[in-house]
Amino acid sequence: MSDVAIVGVGCVGFRPITPELSYKELMYEAAVKAYEDAGGINPREDVDVFVTCAEDYLEGFSIFDEFVPDQLGAALRHLFTVSGDGMLGLATAYMLIKTGHFDTVVVEAHSKASDILTYMDIVQFGLDPIFNRPLGGHPYYIAGLEMNRYLHDTCTTEEQCAQVVVKNKKNAILNPHAAYGADVTVDQVLCSERLFHPLKKLEISTPADGCIVMVLASEKVAEKLTEKPVWVKGVGWCTETPSLETRDWTRAVYTRLAAEMAYKTAKITNPWREVDFAEIHDLFAYKELQHMEALKLCDYGEAGKLTEEGLTALNGEFPVNPSGGLLGVGYGLEASGLQKVLEVVLQLRGEAGARQIEDAEVGLAHTWRGIPTATGVVAVLSNTK
Amino acid sequence: MFGKKRVAIVGAGVTLFRRNLKETGKELAYHAAKMALEQAGMELCDIQSVVMGSAPDAFDGVHMKGEYLADGAGAYHKPYTRVFVGGGTGVFAPLAGWWHIASGQFDTCLVVCEEKMSSCYPHPQYAFTTIFDPILERPIGMNLIWIFALEMNRYMHKHNVKKEDIALVSVKNKQNALDNPIAQLAANITVEDVLNSEIMAWPVQRLDVSPTSDGAAAAVLVSEDVAKEVTDNPVWIDGVGWCIDSTHWTNRDLYYPDYVEYAARMAYKMAGIKNPPKEIDVAEPYDPFDYKELHHMEGLLLCKKGEAPKLTREGVTQRDGDLPTCPSGGLLGCGNPIAAAGMMKVCEIFWQLRGEAGKRQVPGDPRTGVAQAWGDLMQYGSVIVLRR
Repeated sequence: MSDVAIVGVGCVGFRPITPELSYKELMYEAAVKAYEDAGGINPREDVDVFVTCAEDYLEGFSIFDEFVPDQLGAALRHLFTVSGDGMLGLATAYMLIKTGHFDTVVVEAHSKASDILTYMDIVQFGLDPIFNRPLGGHPYYIAGLEMNRYLHDTCTTEEQCAQVVVKNKKNAILNPHAAYGADVTVDQVLCSERLFHPLKKLEISTPADGCIVMVLASEKVAEKLTEKPVWVKGVGWCTETPSLETRDWTRAVYTRLAAEMAYKTAKITNPWREVDFAEIHDLFAYKELQHMEALKLCDYGEAGKLTEEGLTALNGEFPVNPSGGLLGVGYGLEASGLQKVLEVVLQLRGEAGARQIEDAEVGLAHTWRGIPTATGVVAVLSNTK
Repeated sequence: MFGKKRVAIVGAGVTLFRRNLKETGKELAYHAAKMALEQAGMELCDIQSVVMGSAPDAFDGVHMKGEYLADGAGAYHKPYTRVFVGGGTGVFAPLAGWWHIASGQFDTCLVVCEEKMSSCYPHPQYAFTTIFDPILERPIGMNLIWIFALEMNRYMHKHNVKKEDIALVSVKNKQNALDNPIAQLAANITVEDVLNSEIMAWPVQRLDVSPTSDGAAAAVLVSEDVAKEVTDNPVWIDGVGWCIDSTHWTNRDLYYPDYVEYAARMAYKMAGIKNPPKEIDVAEPYDPFDYKELHHMEGLLLCKKGEAPKLTREGVTQRDGDLPTCPSGGLLGCGNPIAAAGMMKVCEIFWQLRGEAGKRQVPGDPRTGVAQAWGDLMQYGSVIVLRR
């Protein structure tokens, strides 16, 4: 079966607001960039399948699929929607190419968060309508509860979580795609408002607008389109359970199972050694640490210590979130996963500019679908076959 | 198929279709999944991946409905994806199941389609007011009956089709549904009954339209190796096709669904079908409205443009005709829980090809069948070709 490569990427954003562009214009611009990057392909002829990743409530439509084809060049072509994070779209494209029936697949995900006036009410609608929603309140209380449980069970400290914010926002200063780069100190993080005890304001990613389009291709086509293909060595995804009551509140089980699936395909046994860096979902600062452990990059309860010691800094032994993560780049809703993949692709191509990691050969991208889900996706990418 | 992996369906299940079921969406998904697993002789632990098909979140009032339904659909601790292409979702979901296995990534995939429209109160039609462009169209206050009335009118005008001929589809499908235990609106009615029913938006009348429903349908898909172990008569997914047309539905000629034709051509090419009317023994075209069955027969290349009303009049599409269409009773007879209705059509073809359709069985030992669904803004076609 053919190997699968990412041969083109296009990104618009991320920015706090984009009042001059509609979501369609964001998609068009990112798509044009991606098609150019993939050797100037013509979407009307050269693309077999288009995958878009979106959720209706975030778009303000029922059946958002209707509004996708034209700006991607996909009218009267083979397009569909995955109701999920962009990395689920990447997993879908990977499978489509592996069937041997399709050579070129385009994946799109975007965020027009600035158009959403009542984001927290929408998240509230994601809760179980009988058991959880009637409790009311801002749904991020779930993250506060989970962080509390995580700190308690792993003896991770609030300072270590604050370190994640300091590191990621600092990395973001070097990333032109990042909306929220900043030089902050641990004290500033710790002194920021406690919104959902023990979760603090600066530990929560702020939404941002942007769009990412990627072109994936089979081995045969990839080598014609680009000199720098980035190979998808393995991908895994998993849903733990929608039930808040029965899920594991300390270990991100969905991430562990997704990682096991991706590592198995990519033949990775010791990710800390065999992978050079990782882009990990950090919607909340503690989530980066919890996910690092679930990704088996370190032992249970050890991630905070590694962060404190600077091992996950840009110049550390194993850089985590060199892009600035969601804390620095901004929370791109369903585009969060592709933002992670984008950074891995740029690093592996040696195009990450001031934040380039030397000799990066294998990178890991990870995403989570946010509150209130327990769904994650993991991909291992490499610049060598 | 040229060294590519084949995918088989080995079990299917459909719940009752009713206007207002007491079960929650999760429970409906659970029942359909359980029936499919039982027919396949498999258990949830044998399932490596799960695909969900469900239409707008607005019906249930649940954001990320796929996540919410995950445990009901058996996706606990499993790779799980929801695909969504409006009304086309029901036939699209098994296509997603197909690539899970055809890619070699998994050996088994449970495909579950669920729809709970009754939660949308007072009527699910209100959810459809938000499918339109918010600036150009939504302020007009349109609903689906109106825009399909435009399409039906255009189709009738272009081919000079009489309402009497279109009504025959409703009569046939509701009658076929009398033999289907899940059916919501099975009935013995006449063409006069259809023509005398309440006018909703000319030329659409009450009995031209399928109802809104609750229900779920599921199937177990497996690789060739697993199929050999678990069954003696697998049904193979030999062709998959899908296509979307432009968002701007007002700019195209509504008399013919090009997107269905493109989707059908994609599926037929994969299945090696060159002459669809000859090679296809039984069809389940999408029939939320009676004229849509005709429209889709033409789009599926089962007859020439404008010829479907004639075939219907001549009885060719009856269960004992040369080309039986909607032997299940279709959406007009069984009900229309959107994604579940499309999946029900796939399940029906599966049972027909296995000779397990009971009183609904079409004669002549059918070997090849096609199911199709239609969605978005008169814009989406999804097609599956099954073979014994």
